[in-house]
Amino acid sequence: MEERKHTSSHYEKELQEIKNDLIYLGALTEKAIQLAMDSLTQRNSDFARKVMAEDDEIDKRDAQLEEKCIRILALRQPTAIDLRFITTAIKITGHLERIGDMAVNIAEKAIELNQLPRLKPYVDLPRMASLVNEMIRNSLDAFINENLELTQKVHEHEQVVDDLNEQIFRELLTFMLDDSKTIQRAIFIMQISKNLERIADHSKGIADMVIYMITGKSVRHQELSIS
Amino acid sequence: MDANIIIKLKNVNFYYGENRALTDITMNYRKNKVTALIGPSGCGKSTLLRLLNRMNDLIDGTRVEGEILYEDKNIYSPDLDPVEIRRKIGMVFQKPNPFPKTIYNNIAYGPKLNRVGSANLDELVEQSLKQAVLWDEVKDILNQSAMNLSGGQQQRLCIARALAMKPDILLMDEPTSALDPISTAKIEELVEELKKVYTIIIVTHNMQQAARISDETAFFYLGNLIEYNKTEKIFTKPDVKQTEDYITGRFG
Repeated sequence: MEERKHTSSHYEKELQEIKNDLIYLGALTEKAIQLAMDSLTQRNSDFARKVMAEDDEIDKRDAQLEEKCIRILALRQPTAIDLRFITTAIKITGHLERIGDMAVNIAEKAIELNQLPRLKPYVDLPRMASLVNEMIRNSLDAFINENLELTQKVHEHEQVVDDLNEQIFRELLTFMLDDSKTIQRAIFIMQISKNLERIADHSKGIADMVIYMITGKSVRHQELSIS
Repeated sequence: MDANIIIKLKNVNFYYGENRALTDITMNYRKNKVTALIGPSGCGKSTLLRLLNRMNDLIDGTRVEGEILYEDKNIYSPDLDPVEIRRKIGMVFQKPNPFPKTIYNNIAYGPKLNRVGSANLDELVEQSLKQAVLWDEVKDILNQSAMNLSGGQQQRLCIARALAMKPDILLMDEPTSALDPISTAKIEELVEELKKVYTIIIVTHNMQQAARISDETAFFYLGNLIEYNKTEKIFTKPDVKQTEDYITGRFG
């Protein structure tokens, strides 16, 4: 069905601005993850330092976006789809800010690992990173285009990322059992893997909010049966 | 009729001359609930409100089809007295319209005329003013003219005047549109209190007001009932796109 525009063109513009800002913030976090992972795989700590320096920009944009949403809540008193859109946007920006922090965590571990001999070729970690970036992209595309199918994809990928995280954990455990000198490096790699797994959780959080925005039904914490 | 339902509309059509203002309206109003009627100007919401206590009878050339059941009787059946219906189904209008009489007589006039609670008129006046949360402000000036009260006080006086007739239902036609925000808040709080005893049906153009004070909301457009649901549902996830377009301001 064709989406009608608001009678107030200013209001329409404000809502569009929120969408644009979220797309931009999403792109910044994707770039941060990619750069942190490049720092690890290419053993270039300058990339990692760039991620850490640019996190301030993500934090600043998160704060600005939240402020814009609160302003709309106060001044426009949105209802129905607009209310669900704004509450979803507030949640999404929070998730993206946390994803930015996790990219910083990965960057910090990458700097540590780059100073030590390589423990093993990185195969699964880049795969995880690529999957979580796709999850972020899909969850935001789902938000912008109100697309439920994409949220389903995010859910499916989250399971794959969880499995990869467990697989990496098991593999590194064997390294550590065989040779205690690998423990420090193995723990750093595990922490990177864990951060990627948490990013996947945040992307799923975004997708769940998008489902709420589209359907009006909350799918978060379903085990608690919150009405 | 379900014990929780106080008024039942069945296939109601209403005409001003040849023009149909309401089309095939079927809906129930629940006891001790606040129902908000919303929709753009000319959608028929005030016409519907006035149908519920036969106020439209006073307009020439109007015609009603269908049934409006109150206490299992069609209020338009010829053997029912419209005055008695208006006593049981009171009305508060957009602009406060106190009589040019004292505060006391504004309340006492109707009951005296209709011999409602005439055993103790003083008590009835006090009780009605208390119910309308006006007593403390006017108890010492009951013999002064009602015209000296502020707009908000006059509107609460009109509510007290309606309550003095011991109605079951209170119809409110944009009761706060002429009031400042503080007076509006007082009336809204009053509605919350009154619904414990009365059933309230309110027409409002203020979407936030409908969301704040009503339990159920009905959206009308061009004389049709588009959606009728719990207020929370209407304002968070309405079922009909047209309702969503209206309440989010994507209309016209």
